[in-house]
Amino acid sequence: MEHNAHAGVLHGHHAHDHDHAHDHHEHHETFVSKYVFSMDHKVISRQFLITAVIMAVVAMVMSIIFRLQLAWPGEKFAFIEAIMGRKWGKDGILDPNAYLALVTIHGTIMVFFVLTGGLSGTFSNLLIPLQIGARDMASGFLNMLSYWFFLASSTIMLSSLFIEDGAASAGWTIYPPLSALPEAIPGSKLGMTLWLVSMSLFIVSSLLGGLNYIITIINLRTKGMKMTRLPLTVWAFLITAILGVLSFPVLFSCALLLIFDRSMGTSFYLSDIYIGGKPMEQVGGSPILFEHLFWFLGHPEVYIVLLPALGITSEIIATNSRKPIFGYRAMIGSMLAIGFLSFIVWGHHMFMTGMNPFLGSVFVFTTLLIAIPSAVKAFNYITTLWKGNIQYTPAMLFSIGLVSSFVTGGVTGIILADSTLDITVHDTYFVVAHFHIVMGLSAIFGMFAGVYHWFPKMFLRMMNKKLGYLHFWVTFLGAYGVFFPMHFLGMSGVPRRYYTNSNFPLFDNLMDINQFVTMCAIFAAFGQVIFLINFFYSIFRGEKATQNPWNSNTLEWTTPMAHVHGNWPGALPEVHRWSYDYSKPGQPHDFVPQTVPLGPDEHDGGEH
Amino acid sequence: MTLLYILAFVLLCIALNQLFKVFELSRDLRGEKLYKTTDSDNKFNGRAMFLFMLLFFGFFLWQIDAYWYRILPKSASEHGNKIDALMMANYWLVILVFFVVNGFLFFFAYKYHGKKDRKAEYILHNNKLEMLWTVVPAIALAFIIIFGLKYWNEIMKRDNDPNPIKIELYAKQFDWTARYPGKDNEFGIDDYMQIDGSNPVGLDTNDARCHDDILVKNEFHLPVGREVIFTFRSRDIIHSAFMPHFRAQMNCVPGQITTFRFKPIVTTAEMRKEKHVQRNLDEVNAIRIKRGDDPVEFDYLLLCNKICGASHYNMQMKIVVESEADYNKWLANQKPIKSAAKTTAQK
Ligand code: HEM
Ligand SMILES: [Cu+2]
Ligand SMILES: [Cu+2]
Repeated sequence: MEHNAHAGVLHGHHAHDHDHAHDHHEHHETFVSKYVFSMDHKVISRQFLITAVIMAVVAMVMSIIFRLQLAWPGEKFAFIEAIMGRKWGKDGILDPNAYLALVTIHGTIMVFFVLTGGLSGTFSNLLIPLQIGARDMASGFLNMLSYWFFLASSTIMLSSLFIEDGAASAGWTIYPPLSALPEAIPGSKLGMTLWLVSMSLFIVSSLLGGLNYIITIINLRTKGMKMTRLPLTVWAFLITAILGVLSFPVLFSCALLLIFDRSMGTSFYLSDIYIGGKPMEQVGGSPILFEHLFWFLGHPEVYIVLLPALGITSEIIATNSRKPIFGYRAMIGSMLAIGFLSFIVWGHHMFMTGMNPFLGSVFVFTTLLIAIPSAVKAFNYITTLWKGNIQYTPAMLFSIGLVSSFVTGGVTGIILADSTLDITVHDTYFVVAHFHIVMGLSAIFGMFAGVYHWFPKMFLRMMNKKLGYLHFWVTFLGAYGVFFPMHFLGMSGVPRRYYTNSNFPLFDNLMDINQFVTMCAIFAAFGQVIFLINFFYSIFRGEKATQNPWNSNTLEWTTPMAHVHGNWPGALPEVHRWSYDYSKPGQPHDFVPQTVPLGPDEHDGGEH
Repeated sequence: MTLLYILAFVLLCIALNQLFKVFELSRDLRGEKLYKTTDSDNKFNGRAMFLFMLLFFGFFLWQIDAYWYRILPKSASEHGNKIDALMMANYWLVILVFFVVNGFLFFFAYKYHGKKDRKAEYILHNNKLEMLWTVVPAIALAFIIIFGLKYWNEIMKRDNDPNPIKIELYAKQFDWTARYPGKDNEFGIDDYMQIDGSNPVGLDTNDARCHDDILVKNEFHLPVGREVIFTFRSRDIIHSAFMPHFRAQMNCVPGQITTFRFKPIVTTAEMRKEKHVQRNLDEVNAIRIKRGDDPVEFDYLLLCNKICGASHYNMQMKIVVESEADYNKWLANQKPIKSAAKTTAQK
């Protein structure tokens, strides 16, 4: 083994050094250093993607299990016992504690592991160096660590499903005291400890990744790549990384104090509690403190999930409309505004905590402000389509799906942000509908779009187009079918996180809505099977990719269709224009790569 | 049997594999670029977008039609009417936005689907248009904010009625206890250290003001037309007192006392006569009879709306709204804590 970690660091170092690029070919890499402990951002990106796909499959299967319970409570499903075991699925009926564990881990995996680690990990890693013209990340070593922390944390999260008392079950928001007291729910025994350990590692991973993304974007842009020439993907990744770096440490403190409360007898979040037949000694803490800390991360987190998806979509919609993105500067401005505002709205999750109503008013105001830049973005996407020449690749379909669901889910945010209205819909299925349409549809669609679009860069092969179409249409129909009717459940007053809605008569007649939802979920799940087949099949046997399959302007398509360490075999490309010169009058093709020099009286689009 | 399944699965895999091989071979022989979108792909998906829009809007309208009578019936509290009115106004607004913006999106997606001989227009931005769609939402949001906060302040105001009915809702895993202040109309202080079988809500037994307090379980009563001020406490973890028919919700936080006020304006008996309520109840009873359960009548419920453990889904309590006279009669029949404690002790 000549390649120990130390040599690797050096390796990462001269990756920035343009002239030394050729050195890389002389190193011969072992399988382990190339595919396992790799420091190449392209390999790390694939590692993130594959891990996230596996996590997503687990979380999706979970959702089908608890949806069956909601639609047909008391019905015996033999396979539930087979999967969940005697204890949690006796006679094929899901146990109430197991239901809560499934909901909790489903939410945690989807929000953090798929849409944060998976989405940013895959596409920030793949695209930042390739689109800014860098040989690799600023620190390949930290980047590698970021993936390994992610994998360790994923593994621990999954392993918590197999312990005797069950996984964490206090909801993905793990509000104490429920999450702090093992007497309150079995999932708050070892399961919660593992959840906290796993998330702590996750935070480390996310910080290592985020710092690297920021430094890389700021320092390693190639010659001519001004900030105003950056593709919107990179802008989105930059703002996302900044949000993560500023907010994840707060989640860490939040979790740390909970760890103290659970194991060292402190009382940050506990006071006046009588449980398990005796009063607890801990007094003086406040569970509301936890909520403030949690949502200080939690709200930026939803934009950490969404912004990369929006960035990916900007790129794909422009490319496939064969038109410049409409209002490039406005797009950047609104992302910056969203990023800033997302730090001062967290209280909208807490209107009903007994928070001072005046403070509530302030959060109403800030939250509704965020709708303005969000609206601007939606309009800009739509006007980009206007008078375009739309090429319907599977990625384009998913991008349009994203815009639709962003609008549909965004408008209900306006209802929820109004504290007066939130009194009736807070913690009901209305909220479940809202955030699934913006995350479960929009952000996931952004991820799918990215996979279809950059698959040739990742695996040097193409995914099958027809299966992609089928996947999109099944998913689009199925997913709206799942989440749209949930608004009406919420408006009927159905609370979230109920094991069954038929234990008392009030909601009995809503059962048909629940059944419709579950059937749509199963339908949509079949769509994902199509995706998985297409994905794994294409990795090995897909059609060979050509150099620039989508006739795109950005730099990643100027690298050879082979995995070159250092990305460009020769000198780094020089950038002369922004990335959105599609269908520019007076040009021979309907695209002008960023490396083409500006003509004598040509203006750079990004300057407007 | 299992063996057979495995065998069938293996055969299927082999067959699929062969199929794929043939497919790849023919693909490579023809040298086609299958991934390239053709005009017919664009046409197909463009049309599908339009069709989807119709389906989507149709689905939405169908749901309104099919589910509208199932949403919460008219508000049983005074402030709830304000919330409902504001909600309707907001719904109209966001539904309009939903239709218009999705409409444009899908229409453009259809109209501008790619053709070989078409060229997109090079449009960078348009200040007027951008101004328009920044200012219009801003104005709409200003209205939403102004009305929202006006109502919010009115609902949260603490001194509407100088002489409200006082009720404390006490939450624990997994039930509710309602506490009335008794003759002195004062609750007295609590002390969680003193919780035990005869002092389930943790009152300070040294505080004489507690002695005439009344604890009730399973159902509690409210007088119609009187303002009620609720205080909330929790013994163990966060619960949330959700009274959907009254448009009321407040978390119950251990170590903290939270409050919410409302004035019930519709008695249980009146609500039972509401058309929507009856229609839903008929459906419920049809299901119950089929299942072999007895039919039920409509009741207001207090639900727990913050995840609190295994029986979270069943943490509820019946609420009865009746005339003040009936309410006073009911209350007079409830035993104050001191005498209730005595009777348990005598047993
Ligand atoms: C127009 C922009 C948006 C506004 C005004 C908005 C507003 C809100 C409000 C007020 C809540 C709290 C509801 C409640 O608990 O009663 C909420 C919940 C939530 N929102 Fe949004 N939202 C917006 C966009 C988004 C986006 C883009 C995402 C994610 C991609 C998102 C994800 C969530 C999540 C995950 C929750 C629920 C958290 C939980 O309780 O488990 N929202 N939103
Ligand atoms: Cu939020
Ligand atoms: Cu509860």
